[in-house]
Order: sequence, then C-alpha cells, then structure tokens
Amino acid sequence: MTSALAALYPGDPLFAKGADLWVWVILLVKLVVVFAILMVSVLFVIMYERKVVARLGNRWGPNRAGPNGWLQSLADGLKLFFKEALVPAQADKVVYRLAPVVAMVPVFVTFAIVPVGGTLTIGGYTTRLQLADPPWGILVMLMASSISVYGVLLAGWASGSKYPLIGSVRASAQMVSYEAALGLSVATVVLLTGSLHTSAIVAAQHGGFLYHWNILRGFGAPFAIFSIAITAEMTRPPFDLVEAEEELAGGFNMEYSSVAFALFYLAEYAALVTNSAIIATLFLGGPDGPRIAGHSVGPVWFTLKVLILLYVFVWARATLPRLRYDQLMDLGWKRLIPGALALLLVVAGARVSWRYGLAALAGSMIALLLLARAIEVGRAGSGKEQGGMPSELESP
Amino acid sequence: MTPLAASAPLAKLALLATSGVANASDWAVYGVGTALAVAGALGVVSLRNPVHCALSLVTTLFGVALLFIDEGADFLAAVQVIVYAGAIVILFLFVIMLLGVDRKEAVTQGKLRSLVPLGIAVGIGIVVELLVLSRSSHWATGQKATSGALSGPGENVQKLGQTIFTRYLLPFEVTSALLVVAVVAAVVLVRRSSGPGPAQRQAAARQGLPQPAPSAQASAVPSAPAAAPAEVLAGAPAAEGERP
Repeated sequence: MTSALAALYPGDPLFAKGADLWVWVILLVKLVVVFAILMVSVLFVIMYERKVVARLGNRWGPNRAGPNGWLQSLADGLKLFFKEALVPAQADKVVYRLAPVVAMVPVFVTFAIVPVGGTLTIGGYTTRLQLADPPWGILVMLMASSISVYGVLLAGWASGSKYPLIGSVRASAQMVSYEAALGLSVATVVLLTGSLHTSAIVAAQHGGFLYHWNILRGFGAPFAIFSIAITAEMTRPPFDLVEAEEELAGGFNMEYSSVAFALFYLAEYAALVTNSAIIATLFLGGPDGPRIAGHSVGPVWFTLKVLILLYVFVWARATLPRLRYDQLMDLGWKRLIPGALALLLVVAGARVSWRYGLAALAGSMIALLLLARAIEVGRAGSGKEQGGMPSELESP
Repeated sequence: MTPLAASAPLAKLALLATSGVANASDWAVYGVGTALAVAGALGVVSLRNPVHCALSLVTTLFGVALLFIDEGADFLAAVQVIVYAGAIVILFLFVIMLLGVDRKEAVTQGKLRSLVPLGIAVGIGIVVELLVLSRSSHWATGQKATSGALSGPGENVQKLGQTIFTRYLLPFEVTSALLVVAVVAAVVLVRRSSGPGPAQRQAAARQGLPQPAPSAQASAVPSAPAAAPAEVLAGAPAAEGERP
C-alpha cells in the first residue's frame, strides 16, 4: 500500500483490503465521473443563470434551442468550437495559450475534495462519494483559489493590449485582498470542527437539520464573510470589475476567441458550481438532511443545497450594482478582514471557555472601534469625507 | 462478486505490480518535484522577460511544495502554494505589470554587467557551503537531522499547531510582532515620502480641490504602452475628490 495513497484517502473503506487492480479501476472511474459531472453541470448552470436572470428582469430568456431553450448553451459551445482561434500580434504566444488552462485546472481540483455524501458499494468494494480526502483537506480549496488568480492575470497580460491589462491588474489586487478574508473565515470553520478534512467538517454538522450546521454557529458571520469573499474571488457580480463591460470592454478575456474563450467560460461556471458545493460543505452540512422513505439520500440534499446557493449567486448578479474600485478595497480591507480576525479570536476564545470567549469579544470590540476611529481620522486627513461607513456601499 | 473471484490470479498479479508501484511512487514524486524546482530555477535566471521569470519562480515553488509532500510536511506544502505562489509572486507580477517594466532586458548590458561575476561567485560559494554542511554531520546541533519522522497519533497539521503554540510560542509571537512592525514601518515610509503634508491636504480639501494621489507620483513611469493603465488606475482615487 503506497503511503501517498493512504495519505490521500484516510478512512476510505475502499483501501481496507489493500490496493489491487479493481481499486485502481474504481478510482479511475470516480475521477472520470467527477470530471464529467462538473462539465455537464456547467452546461446546466449557464442556462439556469440565463433563465433566472431573464425572469428576474421580466424577460423570457433563451427559449428557442431544444425544449424550452435548455440546449442553448450546448449550441453556443458548439458554435464557439468552430470559430477561428485568433492570437493577437502583440500577444505573448506561450502565456496566451497557457492562461485558459491555468484558469480551468484549479476549479476541477477543488471539486475533488467535496464530499457528495454517503458510500457506494460496487462488486464488494465500498467507497465514499468523494474523490480525495487529503489531510490538508480544505486547504486544497485555498490553494486552488490562490492559483486561479494566475488564469485571469496571465490572460490579461499576455493579450498585449490595454484593457485586458487593466482588467488583470485589477484582478490581482482584488483576489489577493479577498483571499485573506477567505482564509480567515475558513480558519473559523476549522476551529469549530477541529479538523481540516472536509469529511470531518461534514460529519461534525451531521445529526440535525439546520441546527447543527455551521451557518448558525458564530452568528452566521463566518458564512457571510466566506460568501462575500468567495464571490469576490470568483470575480462574480457585484465584484466583476475584472471584466466590467462598460469600462474595460470585457476585461481580461477581451482578445480571446474560440476554444480558449470557451475554456474561460467553462472555468467561470465550473468555479460557480464548485464554490457553491464548498459553501454547502462548510456551512450547510453538505449531504446532511432527513432520510426519505427510510433511505439516506445525501446526494439529493447536496444537489438541492447547491441549486439554492446557485440561485442566490444569480440573484445577487441580477440585483446588485457593481462596486467601485475603492469601495471594493474598503470592503475587503477595512471591514471583512478586521471582522474575520475578530471573529476568529472570539471563536478561539469560546472554544477554550466562555470566559475567554467574552474576553476575546470585548477585546475585539475595542479593537474594531479603534480601527473605525482610525479609518475616520485617515479619511478626514485625506480630504475624502464621504458619509458614514454603512451608507457608503449604497451610495451611487 | 463472481467475476472478481474468477479473476483472483489476475488481481494477485496486480497487487504485486502495485506494491512495486507503491515503492516507486515516492521516488516519482521526488523526481518530478526536483525536476520542477531545478527547471524553474534555471528559468528564473535565464529567461529575459520579467513575467516569464516570475512564472518560472512559481514552477520552482510548486516543485518545492511537491518535495514537502514527499517528506510528509502537508501543511508546509499547502502554505507554500497559498502564500508564496498565491500571494507573493502575484504581487511581483502586479508590480511588474503596473509599472510597465515587462520588457525584455539583457543582463549582459548596462549596470548589471559588472554584477555578473559577483553573482557567479556568490552562487558557487553557496553551493560549496551547502556541500560542506551536508558532509559534516553537525555544525550547530551535532546531529544529521534535529528531528525524526512523524510518529504517534495525530496528523501533521495538529502536531505543527501544538508545537508552535506550546514549545515555540515565543519565537512565533516575536515573528508576528516583527511582521506587524514591518507593515507599520512600510506605511509610515510611504506616507512621509510623497505628497503634501496633512495640513496642506486639509487646506486643499477645504477649497474643494482634487487631491494628487501619492501613488500617482510614485508610479508615473514614462514608458510607452503600459504607462496608460498605471495612470488610469492611479487616477481613479484622485478623481474621486471631485464627486459630490
């Protein structure tokens, strides 16, 4: 039994009898199935988003290709594959071709650690419905999100024109800023659970619909911070300054066409699915839910939660206006990161005893008040007086 | 069950093969990691375009992360990717793109030319030093390695956390304090070195004049294509003072 494999799959009953040929075959099948599920779900999610956005805008949306227009994204994909793959004369050829691949790979890697729920028995071999459960668990998600910056960054730079370059410079600053808040909110969940394994995070939330889930612990604050930060990581609206159509004419992927553009599109929506799945795993109990007719139907609950989260993402896109660049940085550095730090401190204190928790709460309150005062003084000093802190987001 | 039972000899053969694979997998990870690290390092010093150099650096970091995994240091590998590849090199690239210095530069020309022999000498010196240190079994502690392999219950991350927060608490806290001091110092230096003083700023604010952003002066490098985005980005906060 190889040590590397054992490290990747601790607790998976698949390796109880050692690694023979069939175990390898099952592993390979799981790998292909995970890949296929994510690819097919992208086709679905693009249509889901277009339909929901259309209905939220009192339109019908695409309804011509296939039944009710559900084959529209397939048709669009086929069309893209038959287009000419242009490479601009000013482009850095190698990096230009590399960028879409770099954008796509981390997303698919992240989905490997998502526990879809329960176990499956094939021909005497029992395996979990989870591709990999490495000991560094949820850190894979943080690794992948920090690597996915490169896709956008390199695409914009390698295109050799101005607007994509501005888009990619914005992307690098934005994603690095929000990664801190993302990591801190994940650390809060890890503190609550006591393990990095995604399977352990799900198991800790098991045993009660909603009231054991992490979304209710920490007063819902880790959930809120994580959701905002992950939206910014994905450069989804309202944080899509990277590809702001009005200012940047499409941003980082402006020069791309054909398959390369399709890969960016694929990566974007696969990231949407993957990150919804990650939110469901971290905060909504993953596959946790009541049994239906005596059967444990984890995957069904899991899919349902992912669909609801996808709806919320689409809803946010349809209703929230895009943030200005300074508002984006304000939200990230002056609110989310201090808030996540204070929360981490309070949760860590509360894990020891309630006295420590209260002390941490009081201490972080004082620290946050001092920070608010410092921001106020800094703003007055630089002559940028703009209303109160909460009202700033809503101001045009 | 029956098809599996019928293929028992085949399965036994596969088991034999996989145990061989098992032994070889550690070597494979080591080989790939080392190759990536060395290839990336060569790329950093030999490529001309700064962005390509930064990407080679990422390759090296990934190679080192693989070596960490091979050594059982999971957390270190993850942090290597998150912090170095995910944040620090991104900031390198950010600065390269923002300042528009992403042109090809020959090391054999200009000011850098005189530094080439020095660089080669330092490189050879470091290699010799490493070889000597690896041959002499002790230079500070008297041991080849100060710690053995992981043993006992618990995973790498748990052990690391316990060690940092108990035995090495003081160095850990001192390091974090050092980082905070460095950040504060950087902010103070940036604030002082450019732009008008706070009193002038307040006076200008009272008259409703737009402020020159400090970064606009720092980053206004006159280079043809990439100066434009730098101005656009730096100009955004400056123009904001005019908003009602």
